[in-house]
Amino acid sequence: MTLNINIFDEQKKAQEHIKEQGLRVLVCAGTGCVANGSLKVIEKFRELGANVSTLTDYDKMTIVPTGCHGFCEQGVLVIIPDKHVTYVKVHAEDVEEIFESHVRNNQPVERLLYKDPKTGEAVHKNDDINFYAKQTRTALKNCGKINAESIEEAISVRGYEALAKVIEENNPDGVIDTITKSGLRGRGGGGFPTGMKWKFTAANRGGKSYVVCNGDEGDPGAFMDRSVMEGDPHKLLEGMAIAGFAIGADEAYIYVRAEYPLAIKRLRKAIADAEEKNFLGKNIMGSDFSFTIHIKEGAGAFVCGEETALIASIEGERGMPRPKPPFPANKGLFGRPTLINNVETLANVPLIILNGAEWFSSMGCETSKGTKTFALTGEVNNTGLIEVPMGTTLRQIIFDIGGGIRGGKKFKAVQIGGPSGGCLTEEHLDISMDYDSLIKAGAMVGSGGLVVMAEDTCMVEVARFFMNFTKNESCGKCVPCREGTKNMLKILEKIVAGKGEMEDLDRLEQLALTVKDGSLCGLGKTAPNPVLSTLKYFKDEYIAHIRDHKCPAGVCTAMKKISIDPEKCKGCTKCARTCPVGAIEGTVKNPHKIDQSKCIKCEACLNACPFKAISKE
Amino acid sequence: MTEIATSKVNFRDIDNILKSFDYNKSYLIAMLQKVQEVYRYLPEEAMTYIGEHVDGLSPATVYGVATFYAQFSLEPKGKYEIKVCDGTACHVRGSMPVLNAIRNKLNLKEGQTTCEGGLFSLEIVSCLGACGLAPVCVINDKVYPQMTSDAISTILDTLMKEEGVA
Repeated sequence: MTLNINIFDEQKKAQEHIKEQGLRVLVCAGTGCVANGSLKVIEKFRELGANVSTLTDYDKMTIVPTGCHGFCEQGVLVIIPDKHVTYVKVHAEDVEEIFESHVRNNQPVERLLYKDPKTGEAVHKNDDINFYAKQTRTALKNCGKINAESIEEAISVRGYEALAKVIEENNPDGVIDTITKSGLRGRGGGGFPTGMKWKFTAANRGGKSYVVCNGDEGDPGAFMDRSVMEGDPHKLLEGMAIAGFAIGADEAYIYVRAEYPLAIKRLRKAIADAEEKNFLGKNIMGSDFSFTIHIKEGAGAFVCGEETALIASIEGERGMPRPKPPFPANKGLFGRPTLINNVETLANVPLIILNGAEWFSSMGCETSKGTKTFALTGEVNNTGLIEVPMGTTLRQIIFDIGGGIRGGKKFKAVQIGGPSGGCLTEEHLDISMDYDSLIKAGAMVGSGGLVVMAEDTCMVEVARFFMNFTKNESCGKCVPCREGTKNMLKILEKIVAGKGEMEDLDRLEQLALTVKDGSLCGLGKTAPNPVLSTLKYFKDEYIAHIRDHKCPAGVCTAMKKISIDPEKCKGCTKCARTCPVGAIEGTVKNPHKIDQSKCIKCEACLNACPFKAISKE
Repeated sequence: MTEIATSKVNFRDIDNILKSFDYNKSYLIAMLQKVQEVYRYLPEEAMTYIGEHVDGLSPATVYGVATFYAQFSLEPKGKYEIKVCDGTACHVRGSMPVLNAIRNKLNLKEGQTTCEGGLFSLEIVSCLGACGLAPVCVINDKVYPQMTSDAISTILDTLMKEEGVA
């Protein structure tokens, strides 16, 4: 089809527009950095940059609020690409110094540079920071480099070029072929081949059909979809439009969790901007292809991440799953054929169209191609969002990119895939992180949440935590899931409280298998995974709780005893003043004592004692 | 009880909300979100009104949807809505002590979510997607990173002072 827009002219115009900005200062305005005060940093920079006469080498300075850089731990992040520098933990008070010293006089501010935790050396360039150096950022490439609220900036980095290409070539089956050949698999958890899903839906071309983007990122500990929606919303919209073109749909919905207000705001702006440019809406770029995207906000229900539940929720109903078949590809939203893909999956689509299927399949490993984003959190030094080729080992992720375990503690396990996943232990550190190897190890990629746990995390408590989560989120439709998770939780609570029996372990396992077999959707089918996997790898911890009434990690309050060493106590009264329940007695300069019947084991005293006289066992 | 909780539901306002969504039942969740924005909870009269005035819905279906989603509250929320994240990352890094500190500070009993006077309400949410800053709390859309029991107490003290109750 002939287009009335030349995307390359648009690109040139957009790049000119960026050149006119003079010195670009990128300040992260993702959810994490905003919480750390990035809006004040931006305001201060703008104030200083407004007086053009004070700029020495540039005639203009532009402050660009960007999406998430991924290194949330070190926020607020400020990057000045022209000066090859990344500043970390920047506060509004530091802005003047950066401006005076670096912007005006070319002297980097050493104290605000990232310091390598191993060598203690300051690192100037973004790409030299270990956290970034070992990553391959493709889906997240633009996150943190462009102003997420400006369509010009998206166009300047080849935004909508892939869409223009597919409409011009007008070969929908060719697009599906390319996606199939690339080996892209669903990034939301299941890992179903994306090309195949498109093909199934495309088989119903002719009537009304829909594209739905699943942005209901419910797994606690995962935030890659949020980052893409906040940091590079146009890439997602473009991916959706390409999908729509391929399967013959003219309408789409993005289902976003209500917990992500910033993502919703940026997506709304992006849709409006794209419609104004005629990159979305009626007769896109003058072609016959029309495509409208709506946003639907979720309302806090984890089960809505399951595709049939998500469809029910978009239709305004209780988000309860239904049996498949019929699959959404045949009978989905409003009874019409529907393609449902996750945010990260769709964000990969424009890249595959631009760079080719071979480019994508050259990354990754045998059965899992391309890159995958992981949210690295918990007891690890560098927490944040990372993107690595599929097949990277856990060791590389935790120790090279993540910088090892916090506070020199010992690595214990990684919980992967959220409440549906399992844990991986020391013996899995060299396992290839791909769909199939992880399933074999009793875990799953899931959405890519990696929560690192150290020696002082109690695995039984972690299992209880996840079971509590799935029990709350079970929609109640299938009895084995509704009642099974409730009873599994009861048993786990009993064990954590020190009242478990050895028979409980068999009961847990039996219930787990019943819940797995007797549930309709992914939530129930995978809910017992955290229990099964901790039972497999940490059975000794369960036994210690039951038989010896001890929590080896010292976490479970019922088995915890906090006491004061009278030898070390100097009677400073600090602990007694800190105790929220008045359980500590004693007089000045005399050893204090904890009344165990009153103590709630909050450990406030333990942290308050300047003489390390208080210990727990 | 707060002032709003006792005031009558204005059906004209509710109707304007329904009109803005074209009385289309597939926007029921969005309608309820708007109603909750106005009243800080879903008053029973409002739910009944929606059930009776939108084609294809009944008060029972509206109630069914309202009780299914965690975001909706059938009781008035506080002027300050505190959300404590208890996602995995926050849990591992100590969200429970923060939660307990808030409970103590606001004198909330087990199961009680809104404090005496209706100034604060407390809710546990699973994952706000700010895992890099764990543990986090959100008070009326403002995200507070890397919370400790001391830090949250100071924040609550400041808010109470601003409201003239401390």
